[in-house]
Amino acid sequence: MHELSLATAIVERAAETARRHGATTVTAVRLRVGEMAGVVPDALVFSFEVAREGTVLESARLVVEEVPARARCAGCAADFAVGTPPFLWCPRCDRPAQALLSGRELEITGIELQEAET
Amino acid sequence: MCKVVDVRQSVLAKNDHLADALRTELTARGTTVVSLLSSPGSGKTALLEQVLARMGVRGVPVAALTADLATENDARRLARSGAPVKQVLTGGLCHLEAAQLRAHLEGWLPGDTRLLFVENVGNLVCPASYDLGETLRVTLMSVTEGEDKPLKYPLAFGLAHLVVLTKNDIADAVDFDGAAFTAHLARVNPEVPVLRTSVRTGEGVQALVDHFLAVADGAVPHRPRLASAPRGGAHAPGGTGGHHHDRAPAPAPLTSHQ
Ligand SMILES: Nc1nc2c(ncn2[C@@H]2O[C@H](COP(=O)(O)OP(=O)(O)OP(=O)(O)O)[C@@H](O)[C@H]2O)c(=O)[nH]1
Ligand SMILES: [Mg+2]
Repeated sequence: MHELSLATAIVERAAETARRHGATTVTAVRLRVGEMAGVVPDALVFSFEVAREGTVLESARLVVEEVPARARCAGCAADFAVGTPPFLWCPRCDRPAQALLSGRELEITGIELQEAET
Repeated sequence: MCKVVDVRQSVLAKNDHLADALRTELTARGTTVVSLLSSPGSGKTALLEQVLARMGVRGVPVAALTADLATENDARRLARSGAPVKQVLTGGLCHLEAAQLRAHLEGWLPGDTRLLFVENVGNLVCPASYDLGETLRVTLMSVTEGEDKPLKYPLAFGLAHLVVLTKNDIADAVDFDGAAFTAHLARVNPEVPVLRTSVRTGEGVQALVDHFLAVADGAVPHRPRLASAPRGGAHAPGGTGGHHHDRAPAPAPLTSHQ
């Protein structure tokens, strides 16, 4: 269950951003989670609800966008879906993929803040 | 008033930066880190005991750090080799993180260490996501665990620089299907080197020692395909690159035990 460690890191990042912008409340955190990030989105949302307690994220939503894993073939240079469990060989050339292009993201992309009235 | 702040921050950025700094710093002073990852009981400690002993015979300065949820059993076993050994109790945490490792090395790791072995908590899921500053990540599996494990734990096997198949002395007794295992592993980590070992017969132990020494001497490890993907954040292609303020400040250099 390292999702709790990750959720705690997300809450800390968002709280820090809120502080920098003088905001009193975070209403949402947007996250991109790759298919091969080693994270179960449901477990992450559950952990987030635990980690946000007593912080400026108390009522924040965690909005998760899942990113499919894609790889590039060294032979034909085509991109292909890797799938789950991953198959890192080109379906056309039957050669090993050159690199994974996407799918390991675990990235905060946006933080919605409620700014203090002035 | 409501406001959306666009950011591109990798959630694991802090750990990744610390691990990178540790790798750079230790490499510069001649220490190569080898991490060992497997499910509980695959034989990490048993194999490490023999590796440490052989390194000792060859006069190579090595050290080992072993992480468990509880007990000092593994450190006691490893210490018999005579090498400096440290037990890390994670207090319930299912994996090691770079900051934790660094804190434990501070003031303890002898300055002349050539190879530092880090035995992670027995777990094929959580430790896989955390870079520890290792140059060589070894994932182990015993022949009793089933040929399909690379497919069930694709990150643990897919990010390995070397895979070790342990307890090969009992492979026949458990009808281990080597061809199926090789095919599953190749699917998640094409071309990764595999070594079969047994601490009962001594099979593969010398080959493993030689592999570690080669890496310590600068041999470039295998490149796992899964490791090439961006984790997000300022380094990602198309990233805005303007978020260096959330980068952790470089830690003070490690002091070593003389
Ligand atoms: N037959 C046989 N048994 C082995 C071998 N290696 C380890 N074992 C046995 O497997 C059991 C577990 O070995 P450990 O070295 O404690 O495994 P570990 O991976 O360090 O376990 P944790 O640290 O608890 O995750 C012990 O009873 C060992 O004696 C081997 O090569 N052959
Ligand atoms: Mg052990």
